[in-house]
Amino acid sequence: MDDIKRKYVIPGDVITTGPYRAEENVNLVGDRMIATTVGISEIYDSGVRVIPLTGMYVPRIDDFIIGIVKSHTSLSWELDMRSCYPGILPAQDVFGRDFNPKVDDLTSRLKKGDLVAARIVNFDRSRDPLITIGDRDLGKIEEGELIKISPSKVPRLIGKRGSMIQAIESATKALITIGQNGYIVVSCEEPEGLLKALDAIRMIEEQAHVPNLTEKIQEMLGSNSE
Amino acid sequence: MGVRKSDIVLLDDKGIRCDGRKIDEPRNIMIKAGVLKNANGSAYIEFGENKILAGVFGPRDVHPKHLANTDRGILRCRYHMEPFSVSERKNPAPSRREIEISKVIKEALEPAVMLENFPRTVVDVYIEVLQADGGSRCAALDAAAVALADAGIPMRDMVSACAAGKVADTIVLDINNEEDQEGQADMPVAYMPNLEKVTLLQLDGVLTPAEYKKCVETAINGCKIVYEIQKKALKEKFFGDSPQ
Repeated sequence: MDDIKRKYVIPGDVITTGPYRAEENVNLVGDRMIATTVGISEIYDSGVRVIPLTGMYVPRIDDFIIGIVKSHTSLSWELDMRSCYPGILPAQDVFGRDFNPKVDDLTSRLKKGDLVAARIVNFDRSRDPLITIGDRDLGKIEEGELIKISPSKVPRLIGKRGSMIQAIESATKALITIGQNGYIVVSCEEPEGLLKALDAIRMIEEQAHVPNLTEKIQEMLGSNSE
Repeated sequence: MGVRKSDIVLLDDKGIRCDGRKIDEPRNIMIKAGVLKNANGSAYIEFGENKILAGVFGPRDVHPKHLANTDRGILRCRYHMEPFSVSERKNPAPSRREIEISKVIKEALEPAVMLENFPRTVVDVYIEVLQADGGSRCAALDAAAVALADAGIPMRDMVSACAAGKVADTIVLDINNEEDQEGQADMPVAYMPNLEKVTLLQLDGVLTPAEYKKCVETAINGCKIVYEIQKKALKEKFFGDSPQ
């Protein structure tokens, strides 16, 4: 962990030269590793990558996401998941194998604007990402407040081994569902806890690049509770 | 001293231009990234008297659908001058000149934007010229590049643009409006500073081969100055004043 070198970069910045492997958001030109997006570059023994600070969500297989139902055809729903492609949720996934488009009405299960917790099962850029809700803890989200943050700040919100999110959840008694695409649903019985959790998430979004953020958040939650 | 008859002295004996600059000095440049809330990325530039706003959307679904490309994304660009951007009202409908500038800006940005990562999508760049002075295509391109980076669209390199030209038989950097009207040549150049590649080169006027070479070199030096300012604008927005 300690030998990772970090640097702020913008597109075109030469991160380093030499025999490294170009990973996420890095372009290899000759022997120069060039950043392709605004972010924080990391050099570790095997490669170089840039953690983006802005940009759209890029779907990855097995990611847990939260989607908003945009529309539907007779066979599937289309979900907005803050990506450049809509997520496709097949009706069979919800109705089961005996789904019949002549009989079953898709709007009876999911309507426009509904929130869905889902997982990406397939994506290869030649087709729109296929998503599923046929798994434990997946499906329509019945209640909660939706908050949108940049997808690149999701790891910061979760924290090291979930430390940040646990800190917020235990201080506010809120239940926070985080989608890798930056959509977050917060539900809480007490309105104060809900407001406090939302404030904490907004603060993380604003100060994601600041070190020791977990302590700052704990401080803020602690001082507010009195 | 200029070769054409004019009331303005384009270049005096001490090598000072009509607006008080030296021959290798650009106008004052200020760039601010992320000025619009609803666009995915945006930038505002003041390049001398030019005031230009750029907004970027995307990558997003292509409409109309038949324009979509199955193996790469497409880039669309609109350069538009406000009716109040010039001293006499400009018709807001796209003019021949605006259509041309939209096209050259698109083609100057295309080598930098990694569109192959986003098949079937479009990146839209909208540029609004609020106030125009000479060299607005270069300033627009500078703002568009910052807006693209602000939107988080992967780019091989930034694109920096600056013009050079020939005024009173001398090659000068960053032509302003008077010099554009009265001077002998104008050469806008866009350049990728780290890859060292030129993405736009236009020339209006007549230059000898030696002057041409000097003009390109001067413009590229200007692009490097602009690049530093673009870099500063992006770092200011994303990293604030926190240490490296």
